[in-house]
Amino acid sequence: MYPSAFEYSAPGSLEEALATLAELGDEGRVLAGGQSLIPMMKLRLAAPGHLVDINGVNELAHISESNGHLAVGALARHADVASSEAVSRHNHTLASAAPWVSDPLVRNRGTLCGSVAHCDPEGDWNSVMLAVGASVVARSSSGERVIPITDFIVDFFTNSLDSGEMVTEVRIPAYQGSAGGAYLKLERKVGDYATVGVATHLVLDGSGNVAEAGLGLTAVYGHNLKVTEAEDMMVGQVPGPELFAEAAAIAASACDPDDNVRGPAEYKRAVVAEYTRRGFAQALAQARGEG
Amino acid sequence: MQITVNINGASETRDVEPRRLLVDFIRSDAGLTGTHIGCDTSSCGACTVLLDGRPVKSCTVLAVQADGSEVKTVEGLAEGGELHPVQAAFKEHHGLQCGFCTPGMMLVGSALLEENPEPTDEEVRWAISGNICRCTGYMNIVTAIQAAGGEGS
Repeated sequence: MYPSAFEYSAPGSLEEALATLAELGDEGRVLAGGQSLIPMMKLRLAAPGHLVDINGVNELAHISESNGHLAVGALARHADVASSEAVSRHNHTLASAAPWVSDPLVRNRGTLCGSVAHCDPEGDWNSVMLAVGASVVARSSSGERVIPITDFIVDFFTNSLDSGEMVTEVRIPAYQGSAGGAYLKLERKVGDYATVGVATHLVLDGSGNVAEAGLGLTAVYGHNLKVTEAEDMMVGQVPGPELFAEAAAIAASACDPDDNVRGPAEYKRAVVAEYTRRGFAQALAQARGEG
Repeated sequence: MQITVNINGASETRDVEPRRLLVDFIRSDAGLTGTHIGCDTSSCGACTVLLDGRPVKSCTVLAVQADGSEVKTVEGLAEGGELHPVQAAFKEHHGLQCGFCTPGMMLVGSALLEENPEPTDEEVRWAISGNICRCTGYMNIVTAIQAAGGEGS
């Protein structure tokens, strides 16, 4: 299978990439890992006129901790995230999700930022980003915007980037106090899309109550779903099985899964509830230093 | 556009369309047909090659993206007429049946052993989890990769 014909540029710096994107407008499309974009082009689901390949823009390959957040650059591969000590030190949910993205070969090539920008509701990373309250840094030749992930994800395969803009970095905030988190994914086989994925994030205050809760769902809605109602309900409460069961019930009713080859909707709702309970239980154990 | 890719130590320079896939550059332009095309949708791993040392699916990389890079295919595993330890172990332990997935399995195995010369059963299974053997001969593949590691150490 072959993509439609396209033009190709491989800029050597971010400035050059942004200038090219500005010139191309809607015709331009950033190529990073290409592990979603190239298959979509081969299947003729996407036919960009001009690819701007950023694989030579080495300044975007960073994973670093600074200014109270973890920054993951647009060229950091899933495998880099999975093996990063900074990631495992900084955020449990990210560290938990990284090894479950697709398969080892795709992880060697695909990027976290590319997956975030792709906004596939069956993609894993955006549920994590919703749960941990990440932001997306978008650059264009005329400047920079820092976009909260809730504003970045617009809908099914749709982000809020403007013409000529590209994602250069995703930022994951640091938290105060003890915390934990998990990404639990049910998949039929390695490399398949998630049947259901649930990202949980939990921060405790000094007295052991919930200071911050995050809950993001994969593959059970038209886009990755942040279950704000459950998150808000948990804040200030005593964490434990009863609270997590309540959050699980809210999550199960907030999602809207399809009946498809990966299972009936009723089954997926049950998995959402169970994985919400298990994810928060795992997060709590980590936050208490037991996990 | 003109690209130069170092494949198994030999420089291949060609004019290619940007949409030329790396797997077709390897098979049709460089004439190295040991790299197989299976699913063509990055699901099966039959087209696995090492791109600058890392296993990737060459059906999902553009040839132009490999410009200036080093690619290793199954033809590059043996050196000086000697089978690579992974090849010798696949032969010894019957690590193949139909042979279609074998180039990809051996390249993934060789890359794993570079990083981890004595992988556990679970580590091997994790490493090959992006490569499908439709004969389902996984047990001997895992055994062969572990045996090759043992020989190298």
